[in-house]
Amino acid sequence: MSITDFVTDLLNPDLAFLPKALAIAVMSSIVCGVVGCYVVLRGMAFIGDAVAHAVFPGLAVAFVLQGSLVLGGAVAGVATALLIAIFSQNRRVKEDSVIGVFLVAAFALGIVIISQAPGYSGSLQQFLFGSITGIPDRDLYLVGVSGLVILSLVFALHKEFVAVCLDREMARSMGLPVFWLDIVLYVLVTLAVVISLQTIGNILVLALLITPAAAARLLTDRLGVMMLLAPAIGGTSALVGLYLSWSYDTPVGGTIVLVATAVFLAAWLLAPRHGLLVRRWRRPARHEPSADTRPNDETGVAAARGATAAVS
Amino acid sequence: MRALDIEDLDVDLGGRPVLRDVRLRLDRGELVGLLGPNGAGKTTLLRAILALIRTRGGRVLVEGKPSRPGRSAIGYVPQRHEFTWDFPISVEQTVLSGRTGRIGLLRRPGVADWRAVGDALDRVQLSELRGRPVAELSGGQRQRVLVARALALAPSILLLDEPFTGLDMPTQELLSDLFASLAQEGRAVLMTTHDLVAAMESCTRLVLLNGQVIADGRPEDLQDAEVWMRTFGVRETSPLLKLVKVA
Repeated sequence: MSITDFVTDLLNPDLAFLPKALAIAVMSSIVCGVVGCYVVLRGMAFIGDAVAHAVFPGLAVAFVLQGSLVLGGAVAGVATALLIAIFSQNRRVKEDSVIGVFLVAAFALGIVIISQAPGYSGSLQQFLFGSITGIPDRDLYLVGVSGLVILSLVFALHKEFVAVCLDREMARSMGLPVFWLDIVLYVLVTLAVVISLQTIGNILVLALLITPAAAARLLTDRLGVMMLLAPAIGGTSALVGLYLSWSYDTPVGGTIVLVATAVFLAAWLLAPRHGLLVRRWRRPARHEPSADTRPNDETGVAAARGATAAVS
Repeated sequence: MRALDIEDLDVDLGGRPVLRDVRLRLDRGELVGLLGPNGAGKTTLLRAILALIRTRGGRVLVEGKPSRPGRSAIGYVPQRHEFTWDFPISVEQTVLSGRTGRIGLLRRPGVADWRAVGDALDRVQLSELRGRPVAELSGGQRQRVLVARALALAPSILLLDEPFTGLDMPTQELLSDLFASLAQEGRAVLMTTHDLVAAMESCTRLVLLNGQVIADGRPEDLQDAEVWMRTFGVRETSPLLKLVKVA
């Protein structure tokens, strides 16, 4: 299918679900891209996975009660994020074990609940793998508004999140409320996951959080640039993925994730400073000195004491 | 007024006594080495000074007031491995992050903040590397970035946790000189270290700690081999005593 056909379909009133799905997919990918930067830099991918699974019982309850899936998922996800944050304060059990416990427990609860609902198997597939049809209008607004709220909170608390990422002990000594900042970050991750569930699905949503941010990290050493690149990569992957999915009749969540993965692989190969190809290309030309021996590194103090440094 | 005044400090961790009856006073201009074996409570003492842990008894006064995180004028330089060095952030931004608490929630850094960052970078002579990602720095440069981050608060007390660990001799000497001049400029500097020789050389005073303060004096006054043996739990034949020139 050509791009013109895709645009025609987008504008076709009989296919009204298509632009809605596109809007939700792109919006949620952008939000996930931004929030995913913290997830990647703090190495909390496992927490992302946990809350992604944890929203499942909420979806199940919402499905059984015919309520809003986004709302149900958000409540369950936030509850789990809080439980993880609180239980992690006890140093006897490591955080990853706590996450493991709640991740599986929540998913198990979801399965039990949804098995009680008649005709669950079809809907189950929709939860797990995402779908572009049957998105109610109110979810469109819900996703838009919560996306804006998430991004504003990230913008407002950015320097605090960075300080905690860099060095928790130092952050505490500066009087920052580290525990509360952790909780806010967990909740933001949860909300980003929840608004992405509709189109991407429960199983694959982690990719939207991790893959664009990881690809952006490969492309830059500047946090500001990374936090612009990640949502750009995410949003583009959503757009291209949805187009391919519509053209070739493939599952939308899987297709979007595969596009994002392709971007990640391309970044890994082609990144301007640290990419595999650049390193291959450079190696015969010049030997890259390590950071410790780079000659112009110890400027200033070392220059004043050049003689001493030269002895080493 | 004393920069730091610790009186009868008792600290328990996990129900076990770690520090008992610790008395320690620091004036501006002093570079004090805090020496003791692993598990002596050195880092615990630093955390108690920062008011990051609950104390059982005694008190910690900074400039005459009880220590409080974010309120007291303490610059903290943690061990290098505490910092996330692969984070995509420049030297300058890292130093600015030291003022996060002071800038306050929902506020952006202003002129005063950037001036403090510039001064701190000048002081540790890293201004030329201000735009470089921290991941690309050498060990000595990393240590200086952490010192600059602490200095960005213009503290009257500087706490350094094991600043020499994993650094080569020339880099250690550069840092020793830096710490000595930071003290001479009117700060009270307290530094934990396992490098006894460097401490004997550069510190104006040494505090030997093992659960309690065992000795406290100028390096040249700590000539009694017995206090070293008691602090580190070594025999009189230990090469440690030769290292500190009491045997």
